[in-house]
Amino acid sequence: MVLGFYPGCSLKGSSREYTESVIAITRKFEIELKEIPDWNCCGATAAHNLNKELSLALPARILALAEKEGMKEILIPCAACYSRLATAQYELNKDPELKEKVIKIIGMPYSGDMVLLNVIQMLDKYITPNLEEKIIEPYLHKVACYYGCLLVRPYNILKFDREEDPQSMDILVKKLGAEPIDWAFKTECCGGGLSISRTSTVGRLSGEIIRDARDRKAEAIIVACPMCHTNLDMRRPEINNYLGAKVSIPVLYITEVLGLALGIDRKSLGLERHFVKVTN
Amino acid sequence: MSRIGVFICHCGENISATVDVARVAKAASEIEGVVHSVDYKYMCSDPGQSLIKQAIKEKGLTGVVVGSCSPRMHEPTFRRACSEAGLNPFLCEMANLREHCSWVHEKNEATTEKAIDLIRMMVEKVKLNQPLREIKVPVTKTALVIGGGIAGIQTSLDIANTGHQVILIEKEPSIGGHMSQLSETFPTLDCSQCILTPRMVEVAQHPNITLYTYAELESVSGFIGNFKAKIRKKAKSVDEKLCTGCGLCTTKCPNKKIPNEFNEGLGLRTAIYVPFPQAVPNKPVIDKKNCTYYQKGKCKVCEKFCPTKAIQYDQPDEILEVEVGAIILATGFTVKKVDFFPEYGYGKYPDVITGLQFERLASASGPTLGEIRRPSDGKIPEKIVFVACAGSRDPAKGIPYCSKICCMYTAKHAMLYQHKVHEGKSYVFYMDIRAAGKNYDEFVRRAIEEDHVNYIRGRVSRIYEKDGKYIVKGADTLLGGRPVEIEADMVVLATAGVSNEGAEELAQKLHVSYDPYKFFAEAHPKLKPIETNTAGIFLTGACQSPKDIPETVGMASGAAAKVAALFSKDEMTREPLIAVVNRQAPPLFSTCVGCFLCQTACPYQAIEREEIRDRSGKLIKTVAKVNPGLCQGCGTCVAFCRSKSIDIQGFSNEQMYSEVMALLND
Repeated sequence: MVLGFYPGCSLKGSSREYTESVIAITRKFEIELKEIPDWNCCGATAAHNLNKELSLALPARILALAEKEGMKEILIPCAACYSRLATAQYELNKDPELKEKVIKIIGMPYSGDMVLLNVIQMLDKYITPNLEEKIIEPYLHKVACYYGCLLVRPYNILKFDREEDPQSMDILVKKLGAEPIDWAFKTECCGGGLSISRTSTVGRLSGEIIRDARDRKAEAIIVACPMCHTNLDMRRPEINNYLGAKVSIPVLYITEVLGLALGIDRKSLGLERHFVKVTN
Repeated sequence: MSRIGVFICHCGENISATVDVARVAKAASEIEGVVHSVDYKYMCSDPGQSLIKQAIKEKGLTGVVVGSCSPRMHEPTFRRACSEAGLNPFLCEMANLREHCSWVHEKNEATTEKAIDLIRMMVEKVKLNQPLREIKVPVTKTALVIGGGIAGIQTSLDIANTGHQVILIEKEPSIGGHMSQLSETFPTLDCSQCILTPRMVEVAQHPNITLYTYAELESVSGFIGNFKAKIRKKAKSVDEKLCTGCGLCTTKCPNKKIPNEFNEGLGLRTAIYVPFPQAVPNKPVIDKKNCTYYQKGKCKVCEKFCPTKAIQYDQPDEILEVEVGAIILATGFTVKKVDFFPEYGYGKYPDVITGLQFERLASASGPTLGEIRRPSDGKIPEKIVFVACAGSRDPAKGIPYCSKICCMYTAKHAMLYQHKVHEGKSYVFYMDIRAAGKNYDEFVRRAIEEDHVNYIRGRVSRIYEKDGKYIVKGADTLLGGRPVEIEADMVVLATAGVSNEGAEELAQKLHVSYDPYKFFAEAHPKLKPIETNTAGIFLTGACQSPKDIPETVGMASGAAAKVAALFSKDEMTREPLIAVVNRQAPPLFSTCVGCFLCQTACPYQAIEREEIRDRSGKLIKTVAKVNPGLCQGCGTCVAFCRSKSIDIQGFSNEQMYSEVMALLND
């Protein structure tokens, strides 16, 4: 089976381990990921605050390229990219005039009926049905599933999971043998794009998330967004500084946890690339 | 030869801004049979009506067409005007140039053309109109009140006191409704039970009120003045006549761990129970779902101890058929439970409760005898957070409306807490304080200024438990959106007031419309807040929208006045727009062949069989006949009749065809 693949910038740079683990898993289930050729920026953060048409044209061009390749379904592991592409698709389908305008801007045919999958939707659809027999090493840890803001919001566009108290990752990790904690920080802000510009704010916001996970005895935090991962993992010194304690709970992508349970080696999953050391 | 008058209304600018009214009037004057055609700014006004009356007299009109608004708005007005000028009111018709034309189209040539078409159709119809007389039907002077909360109680008492009979049904074992659950009432802080229970007793003792508790409406048929209702009296498993209400059974019942509905789940009750000590009637019922005997076939402890042998396990549900002239819906509301709120814990925290649960904690008859204690461990909370607008005014939650009562009861709750726990600290998160009402704003100010309740303007984003405390995270929008975190011992959510369970089903039974939130719809939002769109069915209280007690009581008395007006006459008039089976001279008598397909089609059982006999009494034929009291003029029989023997008066096939032909011959 071949699935379209939109990596976006993070998966090519700061979160290469996310790409690596996604590929490692899909390969194990004989799914070939075909990258959309000549893809461009999804416009996250900047575009939709500056220019509405640009913020729609950028994702539309990506989707048009995928259509040109004959793709029907594409995987978008980054939560921000997923949110931008889904929002653009929704906005354009709602407004035919705007759609015509954007088609003119991108200069390509665009139908708007591509099926978009985030990592959890992809796992639910193609991996979990045949998962049980393939689990070699159950992930027997107490974990905190952290969804962040963009994976489940806005509900009226994504129609995926419960926006205030999402469950999809919790259900998935249970199947891997892990015990998800019941906590209230699943969708609290990690600091997002302030990662570069205001690290102290990230230290505080992500710090509160890490504090609650620690207090509830989580042994790992599970994420599905490169930005969340960057803030919770790479900004750990700032977090520790804010908390006044050294917290060494690792932050894993859901795909990495799944990979470990499937017995895939650490290197293929990119586990050595983390700032906070991941112990088995 | 017809002499028709056409009267085109501008409706201020409602019609004339889009339709060229002068051209419509001129075009109308050219239609064959039209002898008079004018336009005027407000045809419904007194001078406008005079134009019509004058023309009828001076021009000897045989029919009138008014081109203005919907007949729902002003048909009675114009028909009355015609009648006053000596013309049979049913020779007056309206063409809807507003809702059907000017309001829905742009200003252009085609819009005016359409207006002319609408007039032409009505002129052709009115040429065939026959003078009709209103039908008189008797009025059954008994009212059926559904729901025994304060709304149903008040309206029942008011109707009964005018001397008319009332049947009051209540689905719970006792009347009293939500008001009987309340601790104290705003803005005076008088005890709810103390002002309510005397009225409950009055209902039970009133000679004109028949009370059925544990009873629900099964079905309804008929029409204003003449409804037939079936009431299901659910089996109480206790013979009400034999039972003395001694209460021995409720102390002996071994199944004592059933969540008490009256205490909003904060206490327990037995399987045979009286909902609360002041219940009316004060006699128990057996909750079959939770009774050991009904579930397992063994126990019968209550029967063993009952000194009057009143327990009857095999008592069946009873269906009562009653005839009533009016129906009043007083079915009330309910509140969203805490499990509706994922961000506040989905109901998993025992000390995050609803406002109604707090009422029970604060009530002297409640599970803590009026002491404010945490449901989880019985400790007195040192810090309480009240969250207003939990669900209300939140389109994302599907409840965009304001629940109206929460601002006031939240202030009351905080006040009651401060009065009972002097060292306690209370916080109220609010969006706006909506305290419109006599002495209401003063009441809220008192809570803030005298009882030192901390009001924080902002919403709560999340509540979670940590180290035995509830962390309430919110924002203070008066301080520029600064995040606020409060560690509370207890949280009270003023959860949205929503329509009662089963409201939709009940509305469908009664053919009453309802809004998207399943609150019953009034006939007019301003001028008919008590009437429904079904004549003879009225609304009162929170089944129409969330309401406080004074408003509910006012509305209940209003509904009683409406019913009293209806019952003030022995007969009422109905429009004669009903089906008739034709009658002809002998030897045919009627084109009806007596197939009685119409009888099977009629949804109102209005078709009867009539035997036509000669002078010697010999049967000639049996034909259909329409009972004018039952017929609703729906026309189903007309469509079914194979021999075209039935017509609706005022809407005959001939009239309909002539309307269509007027369009086609254009």
